Amino acid sequence: MIPVVVAILAPALAALLGLGAGRRFPRLVVPVAIAGSAVAFLAALVLAARAISSAPLHDRLTGPTVPTGTFPFGLDVRLDGLAALVSVAVAAVALAVQVYSTAYLKGDPRYSSYAALVSLFTAAMMLVVFADDLLVLLVGWEVMGVCSYFLIGHHWEQEGARAGAVKAFVVTRLGDVGFLFGIFTLAASVKSFDIERVQAAALHGQISQSTATVATLLLLCGVVGKSAQFPLHTWLPDAMAGPTPVSALIHAATMVAAGIYLVARLYDVFLLAPSTLAVMAVIAAITMLGAALAALAQDDIKRVLAYSTVSQLAYMLAALAVGSAGAAAFHLLTHAAFKALLFLAAGSVIHAVGTNLMRDMGGLRRAMPVTFVTMTVGLAALAGLPPFSGFFSKEAVLAAAEHAARGEGPVATWAAWLVLVTGLLTVGITAAYATRLWLMTFFHEARGPVSPHEASPAMRWPLLVLAVPATLLGAVGLRSSWLPGWLGLDESLRPGAVTAALSVLLAVAGAVSVALVWRRAPATDPSGRLGRFRPAFARAFYVDELYDRVAVRPVRSAARAVLWTDDEVVAAGSLGSGRCAGRAGALLQLTQRGNVQAYLTGVLAGIVLLAVGVVTLT
Amino acid sequence: MPLLMPLLVAALLFSIGAYGVLVRRNAILVLMSVELMLNAVNLNLVAFDVWLRDALLSGQVFTLFVITIAAAEVGLGLAIVLLVFRNRETSQLDLLTELREEPSDPAGVGTAAR
Repeated sequence: MIPVVVAILAPALAALLGLGAGRRFPRLVVPVAIAGSAVAFLAALVLAARAISSAPLHDRLTGPTVPTGTFPFGLDVRLDGLAALVSVAVAAVALAVQVYSTAYLKGDPRYSSYAALVSLFTAAMMLVVFADDLLVLLVGWEVMGVCSYFLIGHHWEQEGARAGAVKAFVVTRLGDVGFLFGIFTLAASVKSFDIERVQAAALHGQISQSTATVATLLLLCGVVGKSAQFPLHTWLPDAMAGPTPVSALIHAATMVAAGIYLVARLYDVFLLAPSTLAVMAVIAAITMLGAALAALAQDDIKRVLAYSTVSQLAYMLAALAVGSAGAAAFHLLTHAAFKALLFLAAGSVIHAVGTNLMRDMGGLRRAMPVTFVTMTVGLAALAGLPPFSGFFSKEAVLAAAEHAARGEGPVATWAAWLVLVTGLLTVGITAAYATRLWLMTFFHEARGPVSPHEASPAMRWPLLVLAVPATLLGAVGLRSSWLPGWLGLDESLRPGAVTAALSVLLAVAGAVSVALVWRRAPATDPSGRLGRFRPAFARAFYVDELYDRVAVRPVRSAARAVLWTDDEVVAAGSLGSGRCAGRAGALLQLTQRGNVQAYLTGVLAGIVLLAVGVVTLT
Repeated sequence: MPLLMPLLVAALLFSIGAYGVLVRRNAILVLMSVELMLNAVNLNLVAFDVWLRDALLSGQVFTLFVITIAAAEVGLGLAIVLLVFRNRETSQLDLLTELREEPSDPAGVGTAAR
């Protein structure tokens, strides 16, 4: 169990060193940050090797118990196949991002705090992955949120970065409120924050269905916020204002997958609540299709990838909804690989061209061969073309949905059908927007003003390394003794024949139709053919505008009303009473004329009055 | 002797004194009016002393005290009036208004809070 502790503490230590001494010793920043991630990566590799060699692995390390007055929580960590594999994905992407950032953010004045925050994020994600206690997990969960906030706002000189950071923080916080109460509900029913005990209680029927439904719906709020699912998905596209490596690590590969990971972790509780699973299926269906359509019309290359992340996360949620934690974990792992690759490749393109907008790119195929090849691999995996990894994991999800649609899953068949149909449709749209991105970025002639150049080695190598799992990782699902066995699950993750044929057909159809549209006018955006739907897709169905009307503006006016009340009622009240006292004093002042005899007259009159009063009233 | 007569005289004296204190403008006349009031008190004290047949004659003793204090008071008062006259060349009480409160801006109160 020592590697678990090392995997959590090494990046945390690197973060502490970076934040504490990074300013004074700028030459130490890069080695410390890379060493922290590398040590975590090695530890995760050791853990994964153990998980694979002695599958199904289940081990835990009981830490000190913290008394709280009611249910104590323990600083326990646990190790199983899922945690080990996810930790490898996290550490690998973190290491790749740290190496990549040395070139991408070279000469950035705030590099030391940036690297330290990425390390801190890695430590927090490791804590989430390994925590065996809901409150400890929550700590990691919130630290990730804070790191995300700081890193989105890295370029805080820009208005967009500040707004995006605040939006990400507020929106995810909205979900986290539900998450917190979900934890409390579970803990109140099980009398413990221990995940293992919660799972055991769920398996042995000690949690009633109604409690499980309430708790899982509340937890789902947090999951929806963190994993950017409808209706709390709006923060993720705006989070793209952060540096691209951060988008690769936090907003594509790891943090947004934490919500999915949490559901997988508490899956036995979720299985007790079929209605929650149905809600998850509906959310996933809406999100995957809507986000894919939105990705189709984005002009910013990072926003295309952001919406595609939202859409792919919806696949994972859909897999969980139709009862296949294995397919969700599978897609989580392959998505971590190919989406990190895509973001880093997009970063390399942005670094070369100096813009995020695809209409100013084009023709980069010859200038940037490494980026071109690796991004092609990533896009093929995203589009679900065989034999790339995304094909197998997406097929696992669709096969699970088909399985559930035949009435063999934990969820109602209509929900499974919904997931299956929208999943297949989304495959076609995913292929379409991936093709659009590919063609607009790399083909035809350069439209930008600068002549692009291939990325530096520190940026090239992470791409090449990540391209390997993005290509090959799909194979681990082929045998039931591989990925399902490592995860300790008794299910098959192999593609189903019908769904595979259908989805390949749809993917090819989507890609070919975009290519045909593009061939007619290679210099223009193929999404122009969407006609009057294009603005709706580009604005992501006006959800942001809706929230602006429904939430942002009322809150702003309420805030203005509070300000007005403070100014015009509270402050005016206190000032007015002060002025009143002043005026009354001025009135009294009129009597102070300095004439002693007038004063005496007053005194005498008073005495006479008192005397008369005393005599007449007593 | 009935008590009423000296009390009436004393009340008359006191009223004249009070009137003088409140109305006279000359400081010395005001001092003299104060003496009238004190003497009215003295008359009261003596009258009640006799009327009560006090064995210790405390009324008369008090009267002697009051006379002494009145002498000292007049001495002090006259000295003050003399100094005031030397400084200001007047002893008119209604002109001695140095200690009056100057009217200030009432709206100025509390504006510093903003």
